[in-house]
Amino acid sequence: MASSSVRIKIALAILVASVVAVGCTPGGSVSQATAPPAPAVTGVPDTGPITLTVWDQESGQVSKVWDQLNAEFEQKYPNVTIKRVNRDFGELKTLLALAMSGPHGPDVVEANQGWPDMGHLVKAGLLLPLDNYAQAYGWTSRVSPNVLRVSSWSPDGKEFGTGSLYGYTTMGEIVGVYYNKQILSELGLTVPTTFGEFEQDLEAAKQAGQIPIQFANNDAFPGIHEFATIQDQIAPTSYLTDLIFGTQRDQLSFDTPENTQAATTLQDWANKGYFTPGFGGAGYDDSVSNFANGEGLFMITGNWIVANLGADNTNFGFFPLPPADPGDPPVATGGAGFPLAIAAGSEQPDAAAAYIDWMTSDHASDLLLPTGEIPLHNGKTPTVQPGTVLADVVDAARTVSDANGVVPYEDWATPTFYDTLTSSIQELMVNRLTPDQFVQNVEADYKDFQTSRP
Amino acid sequence: MEIRPEVVRGAVASVDARRRWTRGGRKQERLPGEARRIAYLYIAPAFILYAAFNLVPLVQGVNISFYNWDGITPGTWAGLSNYTDFFTDPLIRQGYVHVLQLMLFYAFLPIVLGLFLAALLSRIRIRGLTAFRLVLFLPLVITDVATAVAWTWVYDVNGPLSTFLRAVGLGSLVPAQGWLGSFNTALPAVGVFGLWGAFGFCLILFLAGVMKIPASLYEAARVDGANAIHEFFAVTLPGLRYELQVVLVLSLIDTLGTFDEIYVMTSGGPGTATSVPAYLVWRRMFQTSQVGSAAALGITLMLIIFAVTYAANKLMDRWGDDE
Repeated sequence: MASSSVRIKIALAILVASVVAVGCTPGGSVSQATAPPAPAVTGVPDTGPITLTVWDQESGQVSKVWDQLNAEFEQKYPNVTIKRVNRDFGELKTLLALAMSGPHGPDVVEANQGWPDMGHLVKAGLLLPLDNYAQAYGWTSRVSPNVLRVSSWSPDGKEFGTGSLYGYTTMGEIVGVYYNKQILSELGLTVPTTFGEFEQDLEAAKQAGQIPIQFANNDAFPGIHEFATIQDQIAPTSYLTDLIFGTQRDQLSFDTPENTQAATTLQDWANKGYFTPGFGGAGYDDSVSNFANGEGLFMITGNWIVANLGADNTNFGFFPLPPADPGDPPVATGGAGFPLAIAAGSEQPDAAAAYIDWMTSDHASDLLLPTGEIPLHNGKTPTVQPGTVLADVVDAARTVSDANGVVPYEDWATPTFYDTLTSSIQELMVNRLTPDQFVQNVEADYKDFQTSRP
Repeated sequence: MEIRPEVVRGAVASVDARRRWTRGGRKQERLPGEARRIAYLYIAPAFILYAAFNLVPLVQGVNISFYNWDGITPGTWAGLSNYTDFFTDPLIRQGYVHVLQLMLFYAFLPIVLGLFLAALLSRIRIRGLTAFRLVLFLPLVITDVATAVAWTWVYDVNGPLSTFLRAVGLGSLVPAQGWLGSFNTALPAVGVFGLWGAFGFCLILFLAGVMKIPASLYEAARVDGANAIHEFFAVTLPGLRYELQVVLVLSLIDTLGTFDEIYVMTSGGPGTATSVPAYLVWRRMFQTSQVGSAAALGITLMLIIFAVTYAANKLMDRWGDDE
């Protein structure tokens, strides 16, 4: 057994080393990434073999399409080899910043938007501003400004929704209401056109012993979509957009009568039994397959489950939840999908830009459409078989976009907003928080971040 | 006949002394003369690896904990604020309260149940003991993540547990949001999962310990008229002192570091009902970019584990000396 004096010496050594180490500020120096000059010619430069490392977070059908697109790109430019690193959403979120801040990182990354992810990377100077490429390739005219805005940051990463372009995508998302056509007609109902009618349908389904809304919240994120979809119909769209971008810093508050009303509605629905019994302990993937198997009249979630239902499935339909005030324009959460960005450390930014152009081309969107990803290209009407669930989803996305009713995802608002929102919604839905307490909880997080911004 | 505990104690003490002698055998390795320097060469490979992957990160962690740092951009000096959060941040406090509650399931109950069964098995010899041991030990061999996934199914509102309760007319006990989805049952549900894993470990160790206790001690106790309860407190329990110490310390460390099952089964939810310190460390480190706070939480957790382990060891040592 080591004598106690040796042990004390060891403890002292660690202590001294720690004290010496304290004072070394963690984190290297940050230099803002400067935009590379516009390429003289578009496409991959023919300067010998190029390896592009691409990190993405696609899965299922979309992932297969990516493999195909990558192979086609390599055929088109024989000097290019694509090294694809495919990770799931959570894993990518965890590893991206670390991988990009080290040497030999990826060239092209599929980063999530918002303060927690893209904002973090821009602030650290890890992403290239894409403005010159956007001009050379005509990216800005390909999609509407709101798609570009959610990937735009001031070069110091301090302002969101303005400044330079750091990521690009032409594929869109929308969160809305799926419905089971058979159950709807069995109940003698039609697709609701007002918020009031939707609530009546919920009650009718409940009375008939059906699950009004298929829902499972053990994974926590679905709760955000249920709440945001209701909130979109009650709170002003411009307020929500400003709130999420943080354009007015702490001048905007989450604690508003509209948000309280939205929270009250959600809690009310839960208390009336409009959601799947036992939703708190059930998993999202199971709920999707249960809905696909005919359990539940409605399900409020995003376009990404189209592939699970089958794009050409005609048993299901989709609509954006109608606004609370009849006559108001349609509003839905969604907008741009995950954008592609170029790492500041990439040695081949021109080739990376050519790759992004390829992945956002009309050809790519044609291949991606059947997976439920919605092309946002200006003036391009995707060819979809009418009467299918995909047709409904594309239609809804277009209607909402044309009405300027796209609200970004709420969890982009602060770095900790996802945690705060998900846990507060879980508490709200089982009456552990009153709607007032709920909005105060969320506002505390919002204010905390907005007042701490430089 | 009157029971004379001192006789039993005396017998136990002599066994103890013998054990101490074998334990103290190390003393004989101290050869006459100085410790030889060549020994450092032997430990160098292991030490270098240990230093590179444990000591260096530990020092770095201490350093980072004094900064507000997002993991990439230069940090700003935070002083002790990441540590004072321990007293002011309700989430951290709540995490430790949860861990205290989990100790009931991870340490206290497995030990009590393990001791009880070991005592029972010390009196009766059963056939197929190996098979029992295998079954009880199995949860420890299978990785936590796999069993935790299986248990989330067990706990589902339509899972086997709920179905069984409904079948026997106790359906009213099934919580509305399922066992893992309800605020009151989520933490105990995770705890029962831990109990299931820890119980086998305790019992195996105790069984091995019981078998080492000489049968003569039990005979002596019985001759003195000890009943089962006396026998347990006078022979079995003191005989299992070292096993008890190992189990107690390991299970306390295990509880304080609980992470896998929370990550898999509840993500700390519903709300923050199952949030524990190790899970908070991970969330803040990788999900919300509060690296300084995560480091401080990690260091605090380490110190608390040290303190608890030290206290548990001291307590057990003193108990042993009193005998």
